[in-house]
Amino acid sequence: MTEPLLKIQGLCKRFGGVVATDDITLDIPEGELHAVIGPNGAGKTTLVSQLAGELTPDAGRILLGGTDVTSMPVWRRSLLGTARSFQITSLFPEFTARDNVALAAQAHAGHSFHFWKDARRETALRDTAHAALSRVGMGDRADVRVSRLSHGEHRQIEIAMALATRPRLLLLDEPMAGLGSSEAAGMLALLRALKRQYTIVLIEHDMEAVFALADRISVLVYGRVIATGAPEAIRANTQVREAYLGENSVAGAGDA
Amino acid sequence: MGLLFIEQCLNGLQFGLLLFLLAAGLTLVFGIMDLVNLAHGSLYMLGAYFAATFAALTDSFLLGVVLGLAATLVVGMAVEVVAMRRLYGRDHLDHVLGTFGLILFFNELVRLVWGPAGMSLIPPAWLNRSIEILPGVPYSAYRLSIIVVSLAVALLLYLLVMRTRIGMLIRAGASNREMVGALGVNINLLYTLVFGIGATLAGLAGIMQAQIQTAYVGMGENVLIVALVVIIIGGIGSIRGALVASIFVGLIDTVGRAFLPDMLKLVLSPAAASTAGPALSSMLIYILMVAVLVLRPGGLFPAAGR
Amino acid sequence: MRFPFTARNLLIAAVIALLVLLPVYTALSGNAFFLTLFTRILILALAATSLNLIMGYGGMVSFGHAVYLGIGGYGIGILAFEGISSGFLQWPLAILVSALFALVIGALSLRTRGVYFIMITLALAQMVYYAGVSLSRYGADDGLTINRRSQFSGLIDLSNRTVFYYLCLALLLGTVYLVWRLINSRFGLVIRGAKSNERRMRSIGFPTYRYRLVCFVVAGAICGLAGALLANFTNFISPAMMHWTRSGDLIVMVVLGGMGSVFGPTVGAVALLVLEETLPFLIGKLGFPLFGESAARAAEYWQIVLGPMLLAIALFARGGIVGLLTRTGRD
Repeated sequence: MTEPLLKIQGLCKRFGGVVATDDITLDIPEGELHAVIGPNGAGKTTLVSQLAGELTPDAGRILLGGTDVTSMPVWRRSLLGTARSFQITSLFPEFTARDNVALAAQAHAGHSFHFWKDARRETALRDTAHAALSRVGMGDRADVRVSRLSHGEHRQIEIAMALATRPRLLLLDEPMAGLGSSEAAGMLALLRALKRQYTIVLIEHDMEAVFALADRISVLVYGRVIATGAPEAIRANTQVREAYLGENSVAGAGDA
Repeated sequence: MGLLFIEQCLNGLQFGLLLFLLAAGLTLVFGIMDLVNLAHGSLYMLGAYFAATFAALTDSFLLGVVLGLAATLVVGMAVEVVAMRRLYGRDHLDHVLGTFGLILFFNELVRLVWGPAGMSLIPPAWLNRSIEILPGVPYSAYRLSIIVVSLAVALLLYLLVMRTRIGMLIRAGASNREMVGALGVNINLLYTLVFGIGATLAGLAGIMQAQIQTAYVGMGENVLIVALVVIIIGGIGSIRGALVASIFVGLIDTVGRAFLPDMLKLVLSPAAASTAGPALSSMLIYILMVAVLVLRPGGLFPAAGR
Repeated sequence: MRFPFTARNLLIAAVIALLVLLPVYTALSGNAFFLTLFTRILILALAATSLNLIMGYGGMVSFGHAVYLGIGGYGIGILAFEGISSGFLQWPLAILVSALFALVIGALSLRTRGVYFIMITLALAQMVYYAGVSLSRYGADDGLTINRRSQFSGLIDLSNRTVFYYLCLALLLGTVYLVWRLINSRFGLVIRGAKSNERRMRSIGFPTYRYRLVCFVVAGAICGLAGALLANFTNFISPAMMHWTRSGDLIVMVVLGGMGSVFGPTVGAVALLVLEETLPFLIGKLGFPLFGESAARAAEYWQIVLGPMLLAIALFARGGIVGLLTRTGRD
């Protein structure tokens, strides 16, 4: 019961001389929405990529539900319940929204060495896909080709695909990036609805959203966690304020 | 045996340097323009035909070579302007299809202009003899000149890329295309120039090869595949990798062909060795390629940012 | 399933009708030339269809696909040479060995991506080609004549031209149907997804390598079957069957017809080989009034026209013939 779903222990990652992840240790209990914030170039996406398995850390361990997943490939972690949405939309543009999400469901419904039966007639997959699309408010746009959908709709499908893999841990990399204000409000409502049902690691630049949603917040600067705590504590933390103010003057140099 | 071994090593070195001339252009064009140019072998062939023709016309070997190189440069730049320029930024499959079409075109063109029979370029007397490189070790002056010329070209290329403004742009272009455009450099001109240099190097290789064998239609294709093997082993986009890999490949191929059949006889029956020997020695470089790929999928010198 | 009357479907229907009725025409006219030509077209269409599976749907641009034509052919040729002429033994073996080669080549080359993949498939194919050249027992460079076509204990008589033709047609249509089922199955969606966005496929839980490899092996096996047909058709095998320019031809057929359409490669094979037959004739006929005798001489250099055509296709007509018709037919 007290065992956290995600345990990060002493995680390190360097690119050449740059330390992108500097000895990060973090426990995230089941059901928490944990936001990771920090200036551009702080290593937030690098952290998520290591949690998802696209990057292998130089040192440290990652445990998901007690299983050491540190050196597991991406797809195996997905099968164990880690799902990721991408900062830059990453979909299958020539398929419909429903096909996209059904593919995610298919990955978690046994192997795919079926060569004959029409996969688009597998009702279980189609239903799962439809449920996930409805959940993100895309139920009525399910049969439109993804290349014809808007950026905001792409962001929603990103989340639907993650949900269709029936994850335990959701890694959301800037789900609100590039959204207009009404779309952003919709996404905020969606994230609020997903909270508690899933354990979520959220990277987001929209501070209003972060402070409204997060149970706890970790602040990342130069790859190092300088503070972790409840939103009020983080807001009051002088070190965080300094780091942010100091960075703001050179904001725009480099990116995540 | 010892003498033969030295001679075969030199032959291998010479073949390797010839490969380098081809591979350098290929890897430059790939590294900078991200273009797979299968028609690179056609420029190799054209160089040989041009030089042979001009040598016959002017009655001078050196003039023939110089004019042949110039003609290859012109054709290469024309090909870039007419065809290649439109292929940049396209799918690799488009490159394969388009340049495959160019191979057919150039092969037929050569057949149409020069006829189906080959053409030979006869080296002048001062090259067509053998000299004693070590006491008691004679070696073809002509092959030796290939080694010298290729090494000189490699050095020039190194100086060009590392020491000049054009070279700086070439290196910048290989790692960051947009930045070079942003510098206000005429990128079209730079690309045409790079392609022209690659074409001339290929032409030079063809000219030198034409004196060992004759120039013939399709001569570029088989050697092109070996050059592709070289740049895969060396790491696509890396000139240094191309140099190291081409010498490796040249040596292994030449020495392998010369000695592998005999070495196999030590472990196999003579009949089996005589079948397996040629087969194995012609496959050696591909086996080397596979081994490199298994150990280092990016080649020996993976180009930065790729 | 609906088949609306688009230009694309009409073309496909016309091509199928032509292929089915062709033997009737040759029987009536007594001119067997077309039957021979189209048997060859059908066999190469089968090979191109298999390439389309990995290239058009899987995004794996293999520049060494003709290798499996050669291996399938050598499977037949070597067994026939050694006195085994039963097709029931020859054909499964030819297909199996092709699949094995595809397994090894695929396992190595699928570790890489993009241009590396193109070059490695090309280089490995060249290696197999040289292996063929050095098979001195089986004719080395010169190849090997097959004295007796595969025997199917009287069930199918391959020495009958019409029977052979219809066998090829049936195998081609069957394969096209198989590919069509395949690309809409779970497996097919994984392959197509991996072409579109492999990173995302892995992140939603697919071990893409093994699916791609299986797809590569299936395509190799089908092409091996085409090689078995080709060896029986020409009564001859040689390393030239797997020369890299053969692989180039197969790519041309697939792109010319239209990638990502199950019938595209068939249309492309018909188009390329008919072009090959008619282009020399056309150059001679059209050029004669303009250039006189030299045009007639130029006719034998027809590839000088084909080459730039391929370049033009690469530049302007990515969807191929079928793609062109689809665009005008739909939007």
